Amino acid sequence: MLRFVLRRFLAMILTLWVIATLTFLLMHAIPGSPFNNLNGKVLSDAAVKNLESHYHIDQPLPIQYLIYLKSIATFTYGPSIKQPSQTVNDLLGRGFPVSFELGLWSLIVAVLSGIILGLFAALKHNGLIDYVAMTLAVFGISIPNFVLATLLIQEFAVNLHVLPAGTWQGVSYMIMPIIALATGPMAIIARLIRSSMLEVLTQDYIRTAQAKGLSPFIIVMKHALKNALLPVVTVLGTLAASILTGTFVIEKIFAIPGMGKYFVDSINSRDYPVIMGTTMFYSALLIFMLFLVDLAYGWLDPRIKLNKEGK
Amino acid sequence: MSRSPDKLLEVENLHVSFRAQGGEVHAVRGVAFDVAQGETLAIVGESGCGKSVTSLAVMGLIPRPHGKIVAGSIRFKGTELTALSAKKMRRIQGTDLSMIFQDPMTALNPTLTIGSQLTEGIVYQKKISRAAAYQRAIDMLEMVGLSNGAQRMKQYPHQFSGGMRQRIVIAMALICRPSLIIADEPTTALDVTIQAQILELFDQIQKETGVSMIMITHDLGVVAKTADRVAVMYAGKIVEMGSKRDIFYHASHPYTQALLNAIVRLDLPSDTLKPIEGAPPDLFAPPEGCSFCERCPFAMEVCRHVQPPATTVDGHHTAACWLLDKRADGIRQKVENY
Repeated sequence: MLRFVLRRFLAMILTLWVIATLTFLLMHAIPGSPFNNLNGKVLSDAAVKNLESHYHIDQPLPIQYLIYLKSIATFTYGPSIKQPSQTVNDLLGRGFPVSFELGLWSLIVAVLSGIILGLFAALKHNGLIDYVAMTLAVFGISIPNFVLATLLIQEFAVNLHVLPAGTWQGVSYMIMPIIALATGPMAIIARLIRSSMLEVLTQDYIRTAQAKGLSPFIIVMKHALKNALLPVVTVLGTLAASILTGTFVIEKIFAIPGMGKYFVDSINSRDYPVIMGTTMFYSALLIFMLFLVDLAYGWLDPRIKLNKEGK
Repeated sequence: MSRSPDKLLEVENLHVSFRAQGGEVHAVRGVAFDVAQGETLAIVGESGCGKSVTSLAVMGLIPRPHGKIVAGSIRFKGTELTALSAKKMRRIQGTDLSMIFQDPMTALNPTLTIGSQLTEGIVYQKKISRAAAYQRAIDMLEMVGLSNGAQRMKQYPHQFSGGMRQRIVIAMALICRPSLIIADEPTTALDVTIQAQILELFDQIQKETGVSMIMITHDLGVVAKTADRVAVMYAGKIVEMGSKRDIFYHASHPYTQALLNAIVRLDLPSDTLKPIEGAPPDLFAPPEGCSFCERCPFAMEVCRHVQPPATTVDGHHTAACWLLDKRADGIRQKVENY
């Protein structure tokens, strides 16, 4: 187990390095400089030169690359170019908790409701609940989250005045963004659970459990669900990624002060340190999620060994 | 083993059908048999003859909503099982009446430990403590020949070989001390050497616990090794029933005879197999007369139109064949010289 974790950890660092390099190349491939238009002011050539030397942008690319790698390794991304009073770490520290809260709740809501919906659909196969659940699922998959978000605002904030249309100040502010973000992944999970559950329920070991006279509830929860969860865990990594990127759009629509805003703004304004910081942060987060998924595999299915020695 | 008068299980006129694309499959059509205390009844027949469906019907495991017991009665210790609610049936399943399935590779849940699968039934059914169930499970593992039980309990099915898994499945079936075990082709999925060990184990268990068994099989070798009495099934019906001696030495139904002739004899010089020509009838539309008449070398006109009743050959030996009718005496002479 420890060896597996260590190996995975090394692989994670390697992956991050590749991402960092690609980001660096892409970042500098976009034409323009952060000082083309600094907060609406046009700067003199001398001022631009000064600033460029301050941020090492006048250096040849390979040198910049080394400086860049060093700052990533030491987590010192330095101050933002656009808002020099704040370091990138300040921005992350402020934005991440909000984005994390939104993302995590969305993921929890998506997984739980998806499992429940899929489970009922499978148990009432070809019944009314099944059809209702699967119709819902098709809608959930087909409607993009930003469309759903605007529809929700129109209905619940503008027409009915029951929920606030934006910002992030408490539970009632969270409801609509979470629904908008969670619906798509929920639909995917519901469909997966339904189909894998239907398959698992025909397995011999389910009949063995029935022959023991166990109640249908125990059979479903203990014998069937754990086996049916495996495909869901597989997509959980990708779903987490889609929720993560979904937060960019949803944060914009609901004016939520999360990380997504900084991420998008930084690219538009060539704010190199912020691009670097947010990209590396999101990448690390995602890689860590995939690592958790791998650990969950081992727990769900004992046949999957995490390393050669077992245990 | 001699037949005792107290019947543990009595099945009468059992009909089971399945809804399928293109109509209804009449899988079991009027089956009747009984099992006495401590006795082993073997139900033999080729694939699709309804022997497994019969056993599932007794266990109350006919998959709904497609399958249905259309008619008939199943009495277990005097209780009519077909009339029980699902909840009451569950009290009997796994406790007094348990089942061993064909393929031990798939009959165990791959994601749960052996210990959890062994003990869950008895904990749920008998409301005993986990510690007591744990001890009992280790005893059962010992009984089926798996030593080092405490360690085994923590392992998962994939860590065992096929033969060991079948032993675990058997231990699982025995844990609540049932009075009747239905074994559905328990050795079919195993190597020949392991088969012999498992049959040996059944023998030993029966001596130790006095449990009754229904052995579902298509292997006449298994029948010879385990059975007290034999029921031969064909196309959803029992065509011949009698003691093991009756069936092996005085087979009276042409199907049983053909089945026995089809056995590969290693002690006789022969380089050809003797298959039964043809195929079993379509159970979507069962034949009007005897279901075997299409393949029977002795078929008469009456066989095509009227189903033969079960006729007593002698004692408890019965066969459903028109050749046994008094009016067919002349023909029977010819058949016997055939």
